Amino acid sequence: MSSKKIKNKEIRAASLLEKKSTRRNFLKGLSIAAAAGSAALTTGCIPAADAASTEELKLRWQEFFKKNYRLMTQEEKDATVARLERLSKLNANLDVQMGSYPPLDGVLYGYAFNITRCEGFMECVTACVKENNLDRKTNTQYIRIFEMEPGQLDPSTGDGQYYHEVPVDNKFYMGTQCFHCEKAPCTKACPTKATWKEPDGIVVVDYDWCIGCRYCQAACPYYGRRFNWGKPEIPKEEVTRRQHYLGNRIRPMGKMEKCTFCIQRTRKGRLPACVEACPTGARVFGNLLDPESEIRYVLKHKKVFRMKEELGTDPKFWYFID
Amino acid sequence: MRALHERNLRTFLTDVIRWNLRGSLGVQLFRLVLVGFMGFGVYAYSYQARYGLSVTGMNDIVSWGFYISNFTFLVGVAAAAVMLILPAYVFHDPDFHRVVIIGEGVAVGALVMCLTFILVDLGGPLQAWHLIPVIGIFNFPSSILAWDVLVLNGYLLLNGLIPAYILYSHYKGRPADERKYRPFVFLSIFWAFSIHMVTAFLYQGLPARPFWNNPLMGPRFLASAFAAGPALITLILAIIHTSTTYKIDRSVFNKLRLIIVISAIINLIMLFSEVFKEFYFPTHHSISAVYLWFGMDGHNSLVPWIWTSVCVNLLATLVLAFNPGKNNPKVLLPACLFLFVAIWMEKGIGLIVPGLIPSPLGEVVDYLPTWVEFSVTLGIFALGITVVTWLIRAALIIEQNYSGV
Ligand code: SF4
Ligand code: SF4
Repeated sequence: MSSKKIKNKEIRAASLLEKKSTRRNFLKGLSIAAAAGSAALTTGCIPAADAASTEELKLRWQEFFKKNYRLMTQEEKDATVARLERLSKLNANLDVQMGSYPPLDGVLYGYAFNITRCEGFMECVTACVKENNLDRKTNTQYIRIFEMEPGQLDPSTGDGQYYHEVPVDNKFYMGTQCFHCEKAPCTKACPTKATWKEPDGIVVVDYDWCIGCRYCQAACPYYGRRFNWGKPEIPKEEVTRRQHYLGNRIRPMGKMEKCTFCIQRTRKGRLPACVEACPTGARVFGNLLDPESEIRYVLKHKKVFRMKEELGTDPKFWYFID
Repeated sequence: MRALHERNLRTFLTDVIRWNLRGSLGVQLFRLVLVGFMGFGVYAYSYQARYGLSVTGMNDIVSWGFYISNFTFLVGVAAAAVMLILPAYVFHDPDFHRVVIIGEGVAVGALVMCLTFILVDLGGPLQAWHLIPVIGIFNFPSSILAWDVLVLNGYLLLNGLIPAYILYSHYKGRPADERKYRPFVFLSIFWAFSIHMVTAFLYQGLPARPFWNNPLMGPRFLASAFAAGPALITLILAIIHTSTTYKIDRSVFNKLRLIIVISAIINLIMLFSEVFKEFYFPTHHSISAVYLWFGMDGHNSLVPWIWTSVCVNLLATLVLAFNPGKNNPKVLLPACLFLFVAIWMEKGIGLIVPGLIPSPLGEVVDYLPTWVEFSVTLGIFALGITVVTWLIRAALIIEQNYSGV
């Protein structure tokens, strides 16, 4: 099939999808659906409703046939990042700076959460949503904070939906997120190797390689994964423009996403947004391989525990008590 | 009918299509209805293609719903063809030999539906090629889903090609060479068990979901499949018997009834064993079962569903076992239908949805499919029925008019 023909088909499908199908032109809708379906399947590219320029179609086309991130050479990574930046400019008139920088040497990230200090303000949640360009429409959040009764240590006994002034007397707070398991059941489950553990311990998803089967979501024992059920919506002025290919770039519809320990920040030596935002200092993040790091101090001197230890997932996220 | 020397692969295919386009007014009407359902399914799917899976009732907690439930159940229906293949080809049972081709047609239809359900459930169906070895990445042997893709397609191939070879031989007016297809028959028997076990392992292999992480899952899948599948085949055979000239022997129905009853009883025993484990001394691993059977925190949408299913299942099994109508088809056939529906209810939604509720962090929600999910599902059922009727029609014409020529 010549590429021109493919483009024509895409344009046709795009214009067909544009039209609204009402009950009255139900039959028309039927043929639209069939045409769109067949065109989309034969050309193998989701025709964007407003796909206009040939440049955009060309970029989309190249994006469609790219490899899994882990198989790309650095040149290929640079090329796809450039294409994605350009597409973001063309589609949303957004100037983003996307990176694909590799893990730092001699680094294995770990996280600790101080349940004595946390007072449930959820500043971390807000910071995370903002930093990671999470969908505002469905209110996607990587971090959950549970209000717990004394004597309990399992978040499933707590209240994850509280809407009142905090802290409440005689309650304590526990945060959850993806725990970046060393033996992650989610990566084992993925049928296409679209999700994996990076050498610095961060469990990432290649959003463009993921097929959206959600098997990893079923396999995660910590509710660490979120799916893009629709197209994520973020007000343009709120988009964080410093992005990473494996991190906070705006996800396509129908793909899995999750906490990446703010890969776009931490690989540049900064702290994750949640750690920076926490007003009580309940969150500790650092390099587990560095004996001088704060996280190593916590692991050595505090009483720590991990969630659902019995599952053998070996999370790199510890809770501790002062 | 074409002369013998004119028949070749091309005329075989054109004949099959021709036979299937002909037919009485009733048949044409039936086809039209099926096409209508399929069209409506495509129309509903176009919403999903445009707005994503947000048009379904699924969410981050109930991340698999109606599609995967139906997929799971239909794998069982597909595997059940082995209950005809085994006696027909291995024990050379003459009764079953006459109907085995119908069982294989049902298997092909069920598999087509299974694969379509997987496809419509994907968030990125256009990226499905990432699954294909060589051009994509196939996470084998680590991912059970990769295994499942492999076994389902393999089974489809086997169940398509063996009958195609036999029918084509008959079409050409010669008996099929048993030495040629027998090894594949054995392979397909082994394969039928594997599609079911692997699909069970899909769920069974997830320690994150205690409701599924249960060693009885695989065997119970088999037992329920060997009850529901032959029940469906019985119904189809009854339809063929009454509406075509292809007559089916009483003894076939009797033998099928035996298979259904035994499997249904084993299934119920295992169900009882599961329920006992969950409720004799409930642990925090039993909460999904509590949600399913009794509801939780005011969420109880599945409670009537599961109780209906189990009661109907029990009644239908009793009727089939004790045969109160003395082989009266007016009693046995509805019992088969009810058994089929009861197992569909339990092994579809009743198995998949509670496995995901409550969430690993203890949150309870209810799940209700949307009109998009219902319509797409109906469309896929219509597709499956179309495939089955096409295959069976072709098979019956060849078996009746061509074999032995
Ligand atoms: S918490 Fe869940 S998503 Fe995160 S690595 Fe572990 S299994 Fe995977
Ligand atoms: S949803 Fe994506 S990342 Fe998760 S298992 Fe499926 S393909 Fe892999």
